[in-house]
Amino acid sequence: MSGHSTYEPKSGFTRWLDKRLPIIRMAHDSFVAYPTPRNLNYWYTFGAMLALCLVVQIVTGVVLAMHYVPHINMAFASVQRIDRDVPYGWLIQNIHSVGASMFFLAVYIHMFKGLYYGSYKAPREVLWILGCVIYFLMIATAFLGYSLPWGQMSFWAATVITNLIGALPMIGESIKNWLMGGFSVDQPTLNRFFSLHYLLPFVIAGVVALHVWALHETGQNNPTGVEVKSKADTVPFTPHATIKDLFATALFLILFAVFVFYMPDALGHADNYIPANPLQTPPEIVPEWYLLPFYAILRAFDFNIGPIDSKLAGVLAMFASIGVLFVLPWLDTSRVRSMRYRPAARQFFLIFVVVCLVLGWCGGQNPGRVLAQSGDFTATLRWVEGGAVSARAFSAPSEEQFDETAAGMRETATTEGAAMTMVSRSNATDARMMSVVGGTPQTQTVSARTIEALEEAVQEAKAEIGARAPFFVTERASPMAFTVTRLSQVATFYYFLFFLVLLPLLGLRETPGRVPDTIAKPIGGQTQEAA
Amino acid sequence: MATAPANNAHGAETRRDFIFIASGAAAAVGTAATIWPFIDQMNPAADTLAMSTTEVDLSAIELGQQIKVMWQGKPVFVRHRTPSEVDAARRDDYANLKDPQHDADRLLQEDGQPGRAEWLILEASCTHLGCVPTFVTGSSFGGWFCPCHGSDYDTSGRIRRGPAPKNLVPAPYVFTGDTSIRIG
Amino acid sequence: MLRALTVAAAVFVAAAGVAFAAGEAEHPHDHPFSFDSPIRGYDMAAVQRGFQVYNQVCSTCHSMAHLSYRHLGEEGGPFAAYMARNHETGEEEMVVGKPAHGGRFVTVTENPYVRAIASAVTISDIDPASGQPMDRPGRVSDHFRSPFPNEIAARAANGGAYPPDLSVITSARHGGADYIYSLLVGYTGEVDGALYGNRYFAGGKIAMPPPLAEGAVAYADGSPTTVEQYAADVTTFLQWAADPHMEARKRMGIIVISFLLVLAGLLYLAYKQVWRGESH
Repeated sequence: MSGHSTYEPKSGFTRWLDKRLPIIRMAHDSFVAYPTPRNLNYWYTFGAMLALCLVVQIVTGVVLAMHYVPHINMAFASVQRIDRDVPYGWLIQNIHSVGASMFFLAVYIHMFKGLYYGSYKAPREVLWILGCVIYFLMIATAFLGYSLPWGQMSFWAATVITNLIGALPMIGESIKNWLMGGFSVDQPTLNRFFSLHYLLPFVIAGVVALHVWALHETGQNNPTGVEVKSKADTVPFTPHATIKDLFATALFLILFAVFVFYMPDALGHADNYIPANPLQTPPEIVPEWYLLPFYAILRAFDFNIGPIDSKLAGVLAMFASIGVLFVLPWLDTSRVRSMRYRPAARQFFLIFVVVCLVLGWCGGQNPGRVLAQSGDFTATLRWVEGGAVSARAFSAPSEEQFDETAAGMRETATTEGAAMTMVSRSNATDARMMSVVGGTPQTQTVSARTIEALEEAVQEAKAEIGARAPFFVTERASPMAFTVTRLSQVATFYYFLFFLVLLPLLGLRETPGRVPDTIAKPIGGQTQEAA
Repeated sequence: MATAPANNAHGAETRRDFIFIASGAAAAVGTAATIWPFIDQMNPAADTLAMSTTEVDLSAIELGQQIKVMWQGKPVFVRHRTPSEVDAARRDDYANLKDPQHDADRLLQEDGQPGRAEWLILEASCTHLGCVPTFVTGSSFGGWFCPCHGSDYDTSGRIRRGPAPKNLVPAPYVFTGDTSIRIG
Repeated sequence: MLRALTVAAAVFVAAAGVAFAAGEAEHPHDHPFSFDSPIRGYDMAAVQRGFQVYNQVCSTCHSMAHLSYRHLGEEGGPFAAYMARNHETGEEEMVVGKPAHGGRFVTVTENPYVRAIASAVTISDIDPASGQPMDRPGRVSDHFRSPFPNEIAARAANGGAYPPDLSVITSARHGGADYIYSLLVGYTGEVDGALYGNRYFAGGKIAMPPPLAEGAVAYADGSPTTVEQYAADVTTFLQWAADPHMEARKRMGIIVISFLLVLAGLLYLAYKQVWRGESH
């Protein structure tokens, strides 16, 4: 695609400069003459918006750094000072914090677009991987920046994320302390996070330059996924693509402005307006919305997998969920690029998008929240009316032997004719056994929708029966419950299934839809009428 | 017949140019307006602007002594002048001054009331390059001497010799009582 | 196809926001505040009365460390003063609040209302002559006086409970101003040791005794001196304190968004012009 340059310097100065530093030539070839496929739709305009987002974040960030104080006792107050006293500080600070969300919104659309149209396939693997690097750096930068206001969420997010790294076996703890510069998140942590938060955007800018370079080397993909065949299939980048990008960007800026001016805090969390307190964790910690899917994957692992404990498994899965994007070009075996012509893959892709949204939703929920349950919680109360009650204290020789001893006691009581026994343990080895001989055994079952309601119902039933029962034996049964954690597990499973199984297999087995001839062939004939 | 299509083409061209110029102008105006907050943010913030006035109790300053107080982050001389310093200052009102000014004008309070001859309140910043001059008894003009580049000021803080172009700037102050002033 | 996804994404973002608002307490009462609307500003009379309530009631326990007295008199503040010409007498006179026909803003250090509020407060400072602690009258540049020197002292004086700083309290609580208002009027009258029943507080019991009582603060403007009125006024004041530039923000928002709509329209026309006759 990078044909020979069409730039012709017009003035004496540009001719002079072109021989020494062909920078105008480079800009002309990259952003003016660069041939762009004619059929790019609006999903292809997000790259321009992302460039704008990066510039906005860097400019506002540099400005904020002029007023921000990276000190644990002053950071929160310095942000307050920016919001209250610095001329237009409130505006710049709102743009920076809302801008982070807008950046991620645009990057997610950009990524889903790339996934759908197969923009990661040969020869664009490096282009895609550079994009993944940018995305990973964005996450790191956003996380570092979120800790700077030194509110409760800042502090605890920093604590939780550094602890994630502590989950790595052997070296985790050392790396964690190295990252934090101490044994907890404190002044050294804040100071280095500030430094790195300032540095990383420039690294991102560098990788963006590589990303654009790679793009201009391979040329743009397009919605059909069929490579452009001739010059007739393309238009020059300027003005055709430029003006379309500008129009789409203006629409994007309207959304941006609505958040900045009318709901600057809507995407944040109220707890970050409470200054960091290392002595108290907020009742629920959630990351910013754009990291919620990964948070859900992290929390989905509430079980150990062989030698890997649940914590490490969650951490590995979370990193793997980003890591898998890097190898995607080699996971998808299909020869057809765009999912427009892959009907089966398109269905799985749609499910994948929904799954990502579901993961995001799960990340914001209490993991124990019950979404559906098979029935009610039930408790069966058993007691004996009118028997002779006796109580006996006993001790087990050691804590380990307690269960054994208690079972022995019960067995003895039963053989002596007890209708019911109950052991109430008072400490590691001592207990009291109550038993009742004779009388009439009774049962009553209560049920309720939630475990709390069940306990209330049980208390009510016991109060009603009252003195008729010397003691109760209660058996509780929980229904099958589908919690947020279960939903996260299902969604996480599909997330990996899509990349690791569906894409490799589909490419080998599916029957692609037919690409219309008008697309497969150059459209040179049609453009004539336009001219 | 031939002119009609030409007119149409001309009309379309005008319309196209209008749209391009209008969009370009709008984008330029928007960009310019966006730049302003980013420039203005470097101006002194509201807390700096409202930095407190400084109250000074004069009763503790003996005759012939001076103190330095901080006002808006800058040092200010509050000098209790002796009668001979006052005399010297008045005598030189008509001397060959680089920056001619009468001693009485340099004592004026912020509200326009005349000051008191024995109390001189000056910003302690050499008008050359901002160093803090030292009061040197017995110096050439009896007043302040700047250690950085050797500017000499008299007992009214007027520049008499050296690279500084202007007199030491009187700080805005008012008497709030017999023995107290408020600077700022 | 992808169009449907954007809609889904928007719904998802909205749902995620709602999901954070969890808690066992009653949902805050939706009080109709002037600042709820996307275009309206603060009811400045309410902010002034609310400051009076804060000053006479809340400030005995709660700090507002990020505010200074000068903030009260800055543009957009409740005591911002302007010099304006009285049309009847033709004299220049000082008015509180921006006059409809414009006026010259009086800088905070010259604002007599703010100076009076500040000088009525006693501030602990260091005597510049002796270096010893001393008390002096407040200045407009002073931060709001904190009732306790530090958190430990605050807890010790309040039975172990820490009265939170109120500088950004409406931003720092789920439900914002509605929650603060509800909390102030939500006392059930039950008392359990040092805890007081409150329908809107998580757990139902709060360590803060009911702070507002009918008639406790005398209003000069004849507004009703009920608990509901006090609560609404002080909440309005706290909302202003947390978001002092809201009015400027909303005003600028209208200009910026209108501009962007026009720009987008022009760019759309330009786009159509550029692509006229091009197949794509």
